[in-house]
Amino acid sequence: MTITASLPAAITARDHYAAAPDLPDIHLPVRVRGGVAGFVFRQPTVALGLFILAIMLVLAVFAPWFGTLDPTALAPAKRTRPPSMDFWFGTDAFGRDVYSRVIYGARVSLVVGFAVAFFASAIGLLIGLVSGYVRAFDSTIMRAMDGLMSIPPILLAVALMALTRASVQNVILAITIAEIPRVSRLVRGVVLSLREQPYVDAAIAAGTTTPMIIKRHILPNTLAPLTVQATYICGSAMIVESILSFIGAGTPPMIPSWGNIMADGRALWQVKPYIIFFPAVFLSLTVLAVNLLGDGLRDALDPRMAKRL
Amino acid sequence: MTQPLLEVRNLKKHFPLRTTFFGGAQGVVHAVDGVSFSIAKGETLALVGESGCGKSTVGRAILRLFDITSGEVLIEGRRIDDLTAGQLRPLRRRVQVVFQDPFSSLNPRMRVRDILAEPIRNFGLAASDAELDKKIADLIEIVRLPGDSAGRWPHEFSGGQRQRIGIARALAAAPDLIICDEAVSALDVSVKAQIVNLLQDLQRQLGLALLFISHDLAIVEHMTHRVAVMYLGRIVEMGPKQAIFATPRHPYTKALLSAVPVPDPEAPRNRTILKGDVPSPINPPPGCHFHTRCPVAMARCRIETPVLRDHEPDHSVACHLYDAPTVGSVDG
Repeated sequence: MTITASLPAAITARDHYAAAPDLPDIHLPVRVRGGVAGFVFRQPTVALGLFILAIMLVLAVFAPWFGTLDPTALAPAKRTRPPSMDFWFGTDAFGRDVYSRVIYGARVSLVVGFAVAFFASAIGLLIGLVSGYVRAFDSTIMRAMDGLMSIPPILLAVALMALTRASVQNVILAITIAEIPRVSRLVRGVVLSLREQPYVDAAIAAGTTTPMIIKRHILPNTLAPLTVQATYICGSAMIVESILSFIGAGTPPMIPSWGNIMADGRALWQVKPYIIFFPAVFLSLTVLAVNLLGDGLRDALDPRMAKRL
Repeated sequence: MTQPLLEVRNLKKHFPLRTTFFGGAQGVVHAVDGVSFSIAKGETLALVGESGCGKSTVGRAILRLFDITSGEVLIEGRRIDDLTAGQLRPLRRRVQVVFQDPFSSLNPRMRVRDILAEPIRNFGLAASDAELDKKIADLIEIVRLPGDSAGRWPHEFSGGQRQRIGIARALAAAPDLIICDEAVSALDVSVKAQIVNLLQDLQRQLGLALLFISHDLAIVEHMTHRVAVMYLGRIVEMGPKQAIFATPRHPYTKALLSAVPVPDPEAPRNRTILKGDVPSPINPPPGCHFHTRCPVAMARCRIETPVLRDHEPDHSVACHLYDAPTVGSVDG
């Protein structure tokens, strides 16, 4: 089959060996299981990550329909109840239902995680592209990024939160600023290595303009590592949000988030560990799911692996 | 003599070595240090020399992948080294390139069709989509790739096939000159022969000129018309293939040729083994760059830079041995 094709087009095997019968392909097609079952079989980690993340998303979006109470309603008579049929995850020191608070808390974590991943990637991509392509700005931009990176992201986020009032938007902004240097460094590194690729030189020789080279040759090859990085940023942003809320510098106390639920349970954790246990489990599971997804995406976005997904 | 297709005059390219904290330069690599040659239409010039002698830099300078330090590059008598990027773009069609590594020379995220369409679209060589498809199909046929290649990804091909895609991309622009930068060095022997023959066939059919940059002298002898030997950023000897291979003049060329493997273990060999390493192009030795390793170096070689001048018609050498009519004491 391939032998025929590699000869000059004018001479095909058929002309010479007219009597030769058509033989079946030696490599019989391998039956690939399709559908959901096949996907789970081939990419178990991605499937697990997607599954957990989907559950969290459904819980967050449809929180009022999952047998939740008002997560902020105080009930001093029912405080610090252990888990029971009435209060699945127990109640906290103010008698608030921990189950309801954890389910509603998923909203903050997911919004912060996705928003930070999106904005940090977008802004980091822009900064990285400029830095990698415009040599005149490179050292200045990168020294500024190094400066930002020398401060641990949590400290930087705490410092930024101290400048403003507590709100989810400000938490997103603070964590985004703290994550940008890592993204722009990654993008710059990828851009610098890509622009030295012979196929970029060949494209220059073929008369492609610089904007088209960025669009056609640089960006598509940057998006795969960037997407993978974005998932890790998403996970890390969720953790930083929880830490900020835990120390009282993040989401305001009126809005339940996994961080401030844990903060509320902190004083009682030795006698009533369930208050801190459930939000911690949800946080860990969600971050794990996002990271599993990131690992899967890294493989899936490689065109050499495209057949497998 | 008719006007050469490509002419390079006293080309120099110096790279700043290291950058300081905010981007200042320290030290300079003299990658190409005054190189002149020309290529006629339909001719092959081989640029040979060991690694790091600047041969690839010459190729990349002609392609204007960077700005040259000084000198002139002319296509049919028109200077292209001082044009702006916009002025140069339409002229880029005439000079195309095939790189050494068949894997990194194709964008892994573009199908073969899009890879080949890029130069055709850029230079407006196809009036309609139908014509574009026709041209792509013709290119795939001319480099003898499987007929269904257009819709496939680069990773579905072998190294030799990918090199054919690279050649097809170079041909897509309908160039007059193709720079083959070690185009066959990364391929194994049987595939190498196929690609060399393909290049020769294409040269005959399309009247292409080739600048064949290589360190493989056996291949060079097989396919070139003229040879230029480079050492540490300068051409030391240039002439027709027969003259270079039969009667090399420059001591470096002699040493280089004596290093070519001979497929006969019984053959008597008179090898010139050079001592030491190539000096650093950051601080090239004064005078003749080769004097530190030359078996016949004279006092003059350490001071005075020899000029490339005709020794016989068309055969030029840059060596003080050949300056005086006959020195006599040195055996050739």
